[in-house]
Amino acid sequence: MANSLLTKNTSHWRSDIDQQGILWLILDQKDASTNVLSAEVLQQLDSILDKIHRELPLAVVFKSAKSSGFIAGADINEFLQVTNQQEALILIRRGQGVFNKIEALSCPTIALIDGFCMGGGTELVLACDYRIASDNPSTRIGLPEVKLGIHPGFGGVVRLTRLVNPFQALEMMLSGRALSARDAKKIGLVDYVQPERQLTRAVTHIALTTPPKRKLPWTGTLLSLPLIRSLVTFIMKKQVAKKASIEHYPAPYALLDVWNKYYGSPSMMEQEAKSVASLVQGETVRNLIRVFFLQSRLKGLADKHTFQPRHVHVIGAGIMGGDIAAWCALKGFRVTLQEREAKYLSNAFARAHQLFARKLKTQHERNQAIDRLIPDCDGNGVAHADVIIEAIFENIEAKHAIYKDIEPRMRKDAVLATNTSSIPLETLAAALQQPERLVGLHFFNPVAMMPLVEIVKKDDTPASVVNQASAFSLHIGKLPLPVKSSPGFLVNRILVPYLIEAVTLHEEGIAIEAIDKAAIDFGMPMGPVELADAVGLDICLSVATNLSSFSGFQVPEILKKMVAAKTLGKKTGSGFYQYKKGHPIKDHDANMGLQQEIQNRLIYRLLNESAACLREGIVDDLDLLDAGVIFGTGFAPFRGGPLNYGKDSGVNSIQQNMKIYQQRFGDRFEPDEGWTSV
Amino acid sequence: MALKKIDYARPVYIIDGCRTPFLKARGKPGPFKHTDLAINASRALLQKMPFEADAFDEVIFGAAMPGSDEANISRIVALRLGCGDKVPAYTVHRNCASGMQSLDNAALSIADGRSDLILAGGIEAMSRAPLLLHDNMVNWLANWWGARSLSAKIKVLWQLRPAYFAPVIALLNGLKDPVVGLSMGQTAEKIAYRFGITREMMDRYAVQSHQRLLLAQKNHELPEIVPIFDQKGNLYDLDEGVRADSSIEKLGKLKPAFDKPFGTVTPGNSSQITDGAASLVLASAEAVEKHNLPVLARLVTTHWAGLAPDEMGLGPAHAIAPLLRSRRLKAESIDYWEINEAFAAQVLAVVEALKDKKYCIEHLGIRSAIGEIPMDRLNIHGGGISLGHPVGASGARIVLHLAKILQAKSAKRGIASLCIGGGQGGAMLIEREGV
Repeated sequence: MANSLLTKNTSHWRSDIDQQGILWLILDQKDASTNVLSAEVLQQLDSILDKIHRELPLAVVFKSAKSSGFIAGADINEFLQVTNQQEALILIRRGQGVFNKIEALSCPTIALIDGFCMGGGTELVLACDYRIASDNPSTRIGLPEVKLGIHPGFGGVVRLTRLVNPFQALEMMLSGRALSARDAKKIGLVDYVQPERQLTRAVTHIALTTPPKRKLPWTGTLLSLPLIRSLVTFIMKKQVAKKASIEHYPAPYALLDVWNKYYGSPSMMEQEAKSVASLVQGETVRNLIRVFFLQSRLKGLADKHTFQPRHVHVIGAGIMGGDIAAWCALKGFRVTLQEREAKYLSNAFARAHQLFARKLKTQHERNQAIDRLIPDCDGNGVAHADVIIEAIFENIEAKHAIYKDIEPRMRKDAVLATNTSSIPLETLAAALQQPERLVGLHFFNPVAMMPLVEIVKKDDTPASVVNQASAFSLHIGKLPLPVKSSPGFLVNRILVPYLIEAVTLHEEGIAIEAIDKAAIDFGMPMGPVELADAVGLDICLSVATNLSSFSGFQVPEILKKMVAAKTLGKKTGSGFYQYKKGHPIKDHDANMGLQQEIQNRLIYRLLNESAACLREGIVDDLDLLDAGVIFGTGFAPFRGGPLNYGKDSGVNSIQQNMKIYQQRFGDRFEPDEGWTSV
Repeated sequence: MALKKIDYARPVYIIDGCRTPFLKARGKPGPFKHTDLAINASRALLQKMPFEADAFDEVIFGAAMPGSDEANISRIVALRLGCGDKVPAYTVHRNCASGMQSLDNAALSIADGRSDLILAGGIEAMSRAPLLLHDNMVNWLANWWGARSLSAKIKVLWQLRPAYFAPVIALLNGLKDPVVGLSMGQTAEKIAYRFGITREMMDRYAVQSHQRLLLAQKNHELPEIVPIFDQKGNLYDLDEGVRADSSIEKLGKLKPAFDKPFGTVTPGNSSQITDGAASLVLASAEAVEKHNLPVLARLVTTHWAGLAPDEMGLGPAHAIAPLLRSRRLKAESIDYWEINEAFAAQVLAVVEALKDKKYCIEHLGIRSAIGEIPMDRLNIHGGGISLGHPVGASGARIVLHLAKILQAKSAKRGIASLCIGGGQGGAMLIEREGV
């Protein structure tokens, strides 16, 4: 057998026949750390499959040679190069063709999944007869295509709904959520979950005994009957509509249509291809891919290997400090949390335990996280820490006192960071012997949800410090965005005029429901009024006051009055909205007013401030600005960021519209000079 | 009887230590497991050290009744603490002196040159002592699992008796001497009778223990306590056993718990069932120099003694006498004393025994009385009666607190001692001279 035609290696695929006669096809993509289904990888697989058809082995096993995982998905760059629907269709049909050949092999085909298996990778394993996953915690199986505005196209929709209960199959594709090996076994996506040491024995067992292949359980068959299918589709579409509108995100709806209309029909495969091909051309896809690349860019801003901290010391156990400490402990760091007295730590520990219970599945993982979070009223952790984060209340003298106390005890190579959002870094650093050490690590609330951290740098901040702070962000799973020390940094600076405009609109008598609806229709995850309530009006007021003279706007009187009256938003149960069990009570009969004008006023303020920030060089370039606003505020991802949206809608027309608004509503709408460089 | 001088061959230093507050057992499992307690004390201690957890040569804890999932609890503590795979760990057991035994083992290992830096201490979560099944119930279950057919099952079912369901309380089992058949409280009654310790003397001593602890809490004289938080974020930073309202009248109303109904030992003048852990860093001179460690005290010598199990409460006298004699010290050479308060009767009996020439000659093998231990130098910040006696932890606690007292009072020499169920006594001499 050793001389078989089958054992000839290609540049990406290694072939090996073992003693039992099982052919191992091992994907080891050349010059890459992870496997991607590029055109070349597929082409080579295609010709290997042709040979297998002629000379059948006992069984065929697909596995990866990469330690990181199986296959990360299709090659996104290839999709970007597609210029029309026909080209897209050809690309998709080619992938489908290869996988159909796998399915058509008359010998057993087995996929061995260890580590991640995403998108096209999952579609490949679905084309196999059997799937074995390793119980390694890094094993994740998913079809995340919707996150890029498309849906599975290489037969994933066809094969997953044929194998798995449609509710679970569709939910998996609609959410793009990746499953653990155990969850994948539970829904029937994989046949065995085994420890790494038993994987080869499992393969041999299947190859020699060929147990019956998994079929759709009877409940699944029932749910897939024509009329019931329409009902399921109706229910699922309603659920999707709560999260994404069809105008902004057509892919989930298209996916449901493919299943509903063509399930069981021989043309389903072709319809799946056509549906994806029509989606690929949309702006949504282009912008979502842009977001994906922006994320990769932020991830690439620092090299994690150059700075490998172990111990984080957090000073101040308020909501921010406590949550930062808990998050770092969750992510594997030893954390000492300092407060003046132990009693002030109670709340932080209670929240930390809740976070660990939510995020960690097993008791021993929770114990480990709890063990890593250490109360430290004497500040003994300062001497051990690689990263020190000061997160006490916003008071210059108090912060100075802390810096003076800790600087002599800090390690020479420790990073000293502040989470301040309103005091200039330069002012704070003045208390230090080595002022250049201080860097800003500006986290957003809620820490566990917000993916961005602003890395705030002064003029004298060494690049090495920015790099260390960025690398640290990456270590705790947050995206770092270096920003210039300037009031509001980037995210708050851009967000505040938008929030202020919302309050101004409200002062003019427009219903808050109308204001929030205009923003949500634009694609914001939450309306500005509800957002202000959620952040807390006291915090909004302090940030706004801090920025008002700098950005040149008036702080609305109503905001001051509400803070004085202690109606601070969601946390007090009453703000612009009234709250019941943490949810705002909205008047659905409110007058929606001139929606387009409301939307324009909100968005223009945000766009204009973005242009100003670009002009001032708060961040290095337009892409970083868009990235910051998307990951820091949730700005409609399918629009690709504020300045990308500005370009898409035409910079000139936006400027002209703003001039009209300037005459009608005041100088705050005067187009910023920064637009010329957009 | 020849007295052996058994100092450690190389100097052994106590660097520092921390302990959890001692938490009252409330009839159900407390908020912290054995290991949780030890981790809390140890990780806070480590933050005070200039080295990392993997610098230890060994980890040794004493625990009298670790949880069933925590056999060799010291290894679990070491791993969870971040000592890494390569630091070996073992657990020691000498009943009430387990925590002191761990320090002695650590000291011997350092003295021997085998180790330079050791984490040692004691742990007990008495509230988590298990309920066990009665032997009859275990036998019945074995029959039940063995019965295959339906008829066999029915037959076995018929043999089940309600009495089988009564649980066996492991804690009570542990506090009863299986050789002489007396509970620990009964051994205290016995020596109270022998030395004429009255109920009133015991209660008076107990009230004093509470008052001393209260004052120490007020004056922040327990710096070794670290705050700990449970799952809900509740803070524990004080020993919970203390009673500000304790009085001779109130204690006088309590019923005897062991020799019913005429006895004198009550829950009020006995140590409290509690959860807690204490953790210390012990080092050789080399380690002190290498890591530039501050030294709290020198651990000079440890004596262990055996005596009749039914008089186990006198154990300290049997350990203290030879210790003092071997170094030609008198009672008045010792600045401060910590004698674990298992029972008020037992502490008072130890004091009586050491000044009783007859007892010293007949039972301690020495030619004259040891002398008086002044009450204002003994357990000056309270003890087991007020703050509790988590069995395996107390030995480490009293040594640690004694060292802290010597430091605070700029005193020279102290002895920590405790009685040990089963009829033993242990005593440890520490010094701050030249430190």
